[in-house]
Amino acid sequence: MGVKQRSKSLSASGNQLANTFFQLEILNKKELLPTSYVKFKDKIAQVGVPNIDVVPVEIFQLNIGKLCNQTCAHCHVDAGPDKKEEQMTKPDLERCLLIIKAVDSIHTVDITGGAPEMNVNFRWFVTEVRKLNKKIINRCNLTIIRSNPKYYDLPEFFAENKVHIVSSLPYFSASRTDKQRGDGVFEDSISALQMLNKVGYGIVDNLKLDLVYNPSGAFLPGSQCSLENEFKRQLLRRYDVKFHNLLCITNLPISRFLDYLIETDNYTDYMETLANAFNPATLDGLMCKNTISVSWDGNLYDCDFNQMLNLKVASNSQHISNFDVQQLNQRKVIINEHCYGCTAGAGSSCGGELV
Amino acid sequence: MEKKYFDPKDLAKFGEITKYQKDMGTKFFDWYGEVFSGDTALTEREKSLIALAVAHTVQCPYCIDAYTTACLEKGADEEQMMEAVHVAAAIKGGATLAFGIQMMNHAEKMNM
Repeated sequence: MGVKQRSKSLSASGNQLANTFFQLEILNKKELLPTSYVKFKDKIAQVGVPNIDVVPVEIFQLNIGKLCNQTCAHCHVDAGPDKKEEQMTKPDLERCLLIIKAVDSIHTVDITGGAPEMNVNFRWFVTEVRKLNKKIINRCNLTIIRSNPKYYDLPEFFAENKVHIVSSLPYFSASRTDKQRGDGVFEDSISALQMLNKVGYGIVDNLKLDLVYNPSGAFLPGSQCSLENEFKRQLLRRYDVKFHNLLCITNLPISRFLDYLIETDNYTDYMETLANAFNPATLDGLMCKNTISVSWDGNLYDCDFNQMLNLKVASNSQHISNFDVQQLNQRKVIINEHCYGCTAGAGSSCGGELV
Repeated sequence: MEKKYFDPKDLAKFGEITKYQKDMGTKFFDWYGEVFSGDTALTEREKSLIALAVAHTVQCPYCIDAYTTACLEKGADEEQMMEAVHVAAAIKGGATLAFGIQMMNHAEKMNM
């Protein structure tokens, strides 16, 4: 079964939110925030953290393209089948390889998209990173494996290169998954998971398969441990599917999820929920502290979310063409109101809960 | 300002009930917190589903909002949540009907 798109990308539908300035304007509009709201910058200052300082970069996260076979309702990348131009080129991927090789502190290369596998240079790039003996994470949407015969052998390719697979599956039932990700996504996702299990993913220790849960609405994720137990029980019982860990990620109020919040009149309440759930214990573990996020066109950001808001790093080194690790390791993270998403409750990152 | 008995904003003020009786209020919140905290003999999800069902029987709009959100957060789906409401409704309806026995007993005693 193929995937039926739920919606168009913001840019394809001419939505004002495709403009990142407009998104930032919304996030900072006082009238749209609850009366008791404290700005993120002031909130962290109240707990004795005037700035978020970084540690030496450990995770090199690359968005190698916004092209995707799905158009998910919550997507912060605004990815979709129409994003054919926004693809990282081979010369830029080569530049990234030089950086990954040169910077000893980088132990993990985290590849994301869109559907990163749709970049024509994906397999070449993975093979080259493998030669550098760095850990590789690929954020695979699962359905790409079933989308076209040319992708059917991806599970074997991932296994050969010991790629750690991290895949979104919002729920263990079709109705809630398809509502967020498109009709037919659940069925194809389960089929892809079974293909991954068949080569050992989710079963043997060195073929890691983690799933990502993000709430399918304007609420926070519950306990990661509890949800993981339920996902494991249900996926095994219903589909004989196994995986290693469930990573819970909070939806940040940007891009398509911001559009959903505004359209459904949930924006003010959601910002209040995030701000009320602020947990200072999450600040030490924030992913922006040890990550550099690289966009398809080579620009550098503190995290994937800042990338989508076009908030480049506070450094003279803002592009892979002048990557200066010493300078970058001195920078302070650019923060804004969306940052409450990573500090709410047990915290949130590309690796799941923080505390 | 429009006067109304139930204002959704009042839910956030629930903690203020300690204002007039601090010791009892604090004990209540400690106990309440412990009841719902973590996966114990019941999972957090199961406890939220029970709370949602009870919220319907006591017809508390604040509790219905709060535990609908809690059920979603804890990973319950809409089908499970509606089933929980049916369980509550079945018990409430069944209990009403069960009193029919008392009515029947009394009617039979009174009638020739």
